[in-house]
Amino acid sequence: MSGTNEIPLLLAYAAVACTLLSGVVSMFAVRRHPNFLHFGSFLFLFFSGAASIAAGAWALLAKLSLTDHFALGLPWLDWHVRIDPLSGFFLMLLGTLVVAISLYGPSYTREFARGEAAQPLPPLGVFSALFIVGMQMLLLADDALVFMIFWEMMSLSGYFLVVYQHQHAANRHAAFVYLLLAHVGALVILLSFGVLAAFGGGLTFDQMRAAKLSPLWATIAFGCAFAGFGTKSGMVPLHVWLPDAHPVAPSHISALMSGAMIKMGIYGMVRVIYDLIGDVRWEWGVVVLCIGTASALLGVLYALMQHDLKRLLAYHSIENIGIILMGLGLSMIFLGSGHMMLGTLGLVAALYHTINHALFKGLLFLGAGAVLYRTHEHDLDRMGGLIHRMPITALLFLVGCVAISALPPFNGFVSEWLTFQTALQAPALENGLLRTMIPIAAAMLALTGALAAACFVKAFGIGFLGQPRSRRVARAREVPAGMLGGMGLLATLCLLLGVFPTTVIEAMAPITQMLVQAALPSAAAQGWMWLTPISPQVASYSAPFVLIAIVAVFGLGYLILKRGAIAPRRAYAWDCGFGQLTQRMQYTSTAFSQPIRRVFGGVWKVDEQIDTLASAGPIPRVTSLHYSLRTQDWSWLKCYVPIGRLVLAAANRIVFIQTGNIHTYLKFSFVTLLVFLWIVS
Amino acid sequence: MTAWAFAAAQTLLFIAAAPLLGGWLQRVKCHMQNRAAPAVWQPYRNLAKLLRKRMLLAENASWLFRAVPYIVFGAMLLAAAVVPLITVHLPSAAIADVIVLVGFFALARFFTALAGLDIGTAFGGMGASREMMVSALAEPAMLMAVFTLSMTANTTNLSVATEYILKSGLVLRPSFLFALLALAIVAVAETSRIPVDNPATHLELTMLHEAMILEYGGRHLALIEWASQVKLMIYAVLIVDFFFPWGIATDFSALALTIGLVAVVAKLMLLAVVLVVWETVLAKMRLFRVPQFLGFAFMLSLLAMLTHVVLETGG
Repeated sequence: MSGTNEIPLLLAYAAVACTLLSGVVSMFAVRRHPNFLHFGSFLFLFFSGAASIAAGAWALLAKLSLTDHFALGLPWLDWHVRIDPLSGFFLMLLGTLVVAISLYGPSYTREFARGEAAQPLPPLGVFSALFIVGMQMLLLADDALVFMIFWEMMSLSGYFLVVYQHQHAANRHAAFVYLLLAHVGALVILLSFGVLAAFGGGLTFDQMRAAKLSPLWATIAFGCAFAGFGTKSGMVPLHVWLPDAHPVAPSHISALMSGAMIKMGIYGMVRVIYDLIGDVRWEWGVVVLCIGTASALLGVLYALMQHDLKRLLAYHSIENIGIILMGLGLSMIFLGSGHMMLGTLGLVAALYHTINHALFKGLLFLGAGAVLYRTHEHDLDRMGGLIHRMPITALLFLVGCVAISALPPFNGFVSEWLTFQTALQAPALENGLLRTMIPIAAAMLALTGALAAACFVKAFGIGFLGQPRSRRVARAREVPAGMLGGMGLLATLCLLLGVFPTTVIEAMAPITQMLVQAALPSAAAQGWMWLTPISPQVASYSAPFVLIAIVAVFGLGYLILKRGAIAPRRAYAWDCGFGQLTQRMQYTSTAFSQPIRRVFGGVWKVDEQIDTLASAGPIPRVTSLHYSLRTQDWSWLKCYVPIGRLVLAAANRIVFIQTGNIHTYLKFSFVTLLVFLWIVS
Repeated sequence: MTAWAFAAAQTLLFIAAAPLLGGWLQRVKCHMQNRAAPAVWQPYRNLAKLLRKRMLLAENASWLFRAVPYIVFGAMLLAAAVVPLITVHLPSAAIADVIVLVGFFALARFFTALAGLDIGTAFGGMGASREMMVSALAEPAMLMAVFTLSMTANTTNLSVATEYILKSGLVLRPSFLFALLALAIVAVAETSRIPVDNPATHLELTMLHEAMILEYGGRHLALIEWASQVKLMIYAVLIVDFFFPWGIATDFSALALTIGLVAVVAKLMLLAVVLVVWETVLAKMRLFRVPQFLGFAFMLSLLAMLTHVVLETGG
């Protein structure tokens, strides 16, 4: 350990140490000293995030790949650690979110210190720290042992964060499903590492890279890794835990979970498939593309039906993971067919969308948290008019909505545009079926984008615009500066990553160089203003120009139209001449998505009930009307409930061996021991 | 630099001429329906009147409501800048390709829908909800049709694609026929024309686009109306460029530009007549028939894609 070249690794250790310190400090945050959490713990988290960003940026931009090992744990199993451009990229992503929540958290966690939502504070701080340490260390892991230890640490501490407000039965149920699927996922990942370790002769990633796998075993390793990491990412149909677990955690933790934790699944996929297995096959790409398309479309359709703001955002995470997987799938198809440049383009699109989603989804969850903090309301149908009461939060949330709806000039648009460009190069492929399927997948991506825009018109329009629908919302105030700072940081990054895509893509070159030995030299060939992923003749996009033009229209509009004009007069809204409009007459989120619910009927299990009570008399009049609507996820009903029933039935079958008698159990142990001895001998 | 000057001039011409197309459309429609027709420049008079008027703002209108007209107009201005009107080879076409163009439309629609929800009346919410449903179904059909064309020309750059189609001469591509039909249906839906929406309706309950902008007045309404005229013209010019590009200038000589101008004026006038006939013989659909109509457009564009892959690439 010497020389300036080791600095990124030292910075990464410093980040981990700061996170651990933040956990230690928050242990003192008992009821009478909540400031240990509010200030001490989040201060260390700020340093940790900053150190993560520095370490990651250094490793990425200087194209460093540093390794180290510790003699920890078992005597013959050293812990191997490594930082390279890929882990650096994800460290930056994680660090950015950690910095944002360290600004946001001190005010936000006050609501747990006292009042109706009071909870013990030390567990929040300790498990948050362990959660972040888990993510930081698994990014640094260079062998399967370290990776799995910290993967489990992330999953388990995530459980305690989801169940933090354990008084509600729904939270405990959500946490249980989360834990169950996290472990099924971890088990499958372990199998994947098992295959690689068996052929490579050891647990370190270097040995796995050198392993020579037959196509069959490589496909098995791919399948296990994809299923396992996909569970953590929330791809369909392994997503059922996600929409339950993310909304019930405290909002800054939801931001970390949706922004960073599910990205660890993407990191795992890229690491295992591109780096460890290495030899990508196009058939795998087809699987990834199909699952990605399904996740994107189903995610957004389910999101449209939600009226709980945080649950809606959680379903959008599934959609965005789908978009990332589409990029990865396209990349694998092109790489497997020998088109290096196009494969690189797909990979860049996927990684770009990964960081974009981290930023805008982090921002949106923090925004939802801000509304929750001031109004204790998470149901869209009880919000409204917050743009008047919380103007800055509304502006920042709007930035997130525009970015996630993939509208220019924000960042979500750039990555979806790159994915479209990759898909449009399908004619380069030999296989006629693929040439047809890929454009259809692109059309599905277009549908997803349009539905996402509809959904965020709903989320912002019902939640923040219009008139307040409940008293607490009508009396909301703007949140403290720290919370605005955390959201503002992410919103600024959303804009910057949207306006300067060439810079971002150039910075990503070391990752693609490392993984597929190729980069996109043409992307920035026309200068920083022009993004030309393939060549200027084929496609180009100038985000700075778009921003300048819109700003110019505002300027001209002000100069020509507004200056000197008579000030506008305020008047009643149009009510057809029937008198006062009330806030009850506004569209609700359920009403807003009704046309889409009707068009895409079979996607949800819809229970719609209208109960009317008629008065007695010759002409019955409706005296009371009750409307209830429940939309449920088919995959839960058709896939998980039967499995659960099967497990219960099996348990019922073998219940007779549970006699409750100690002698019987001893007998079982003895017989088992005999059988094992017989097998071993 | 001259190229940029030409691009700027063409954009200004595009913006300035858009109300004229609307006026022509109105005039032909009136003649066809045996009504007395207003002058062709009536839309300019309307815009001038609106721009002068004092604005009324609803009580609940926020800053977003006041910003939306500028965002919508800006998005349409950008979209107009990248569509070749009289000449190809414009440097401004590099700002945005056809996918970004769809993105500009989406941006304008997103903010218009938000403005509809901002006041907090039922009409605004109704318009926003319906418009987002229609656009969610129209956008994939549009992109699929456009993908067919851009896969043929191997580019999404509008200028390059137009030039490619121009150079390949009079080839009959079955895929183009399907794509043309699909794009025409999408254009009708996206520009709020009959049978999806009726721009001339005065009944709030049947409005889609108009319901969202019901509360606008004065210069805000002028900007929004102007932007929708530009949008109509962009769709018309797109159809003309992709399927009948002949006559468009390929260099900046005076003769070529004159021919280009005359050609595009003639083609747009003809296209307007087709649209008028279409709007006169059809009636507005029920809202829940619209998904089938747009599903048909999607099927057509899917067919275009399949015929392209099967028949035209020898795969």
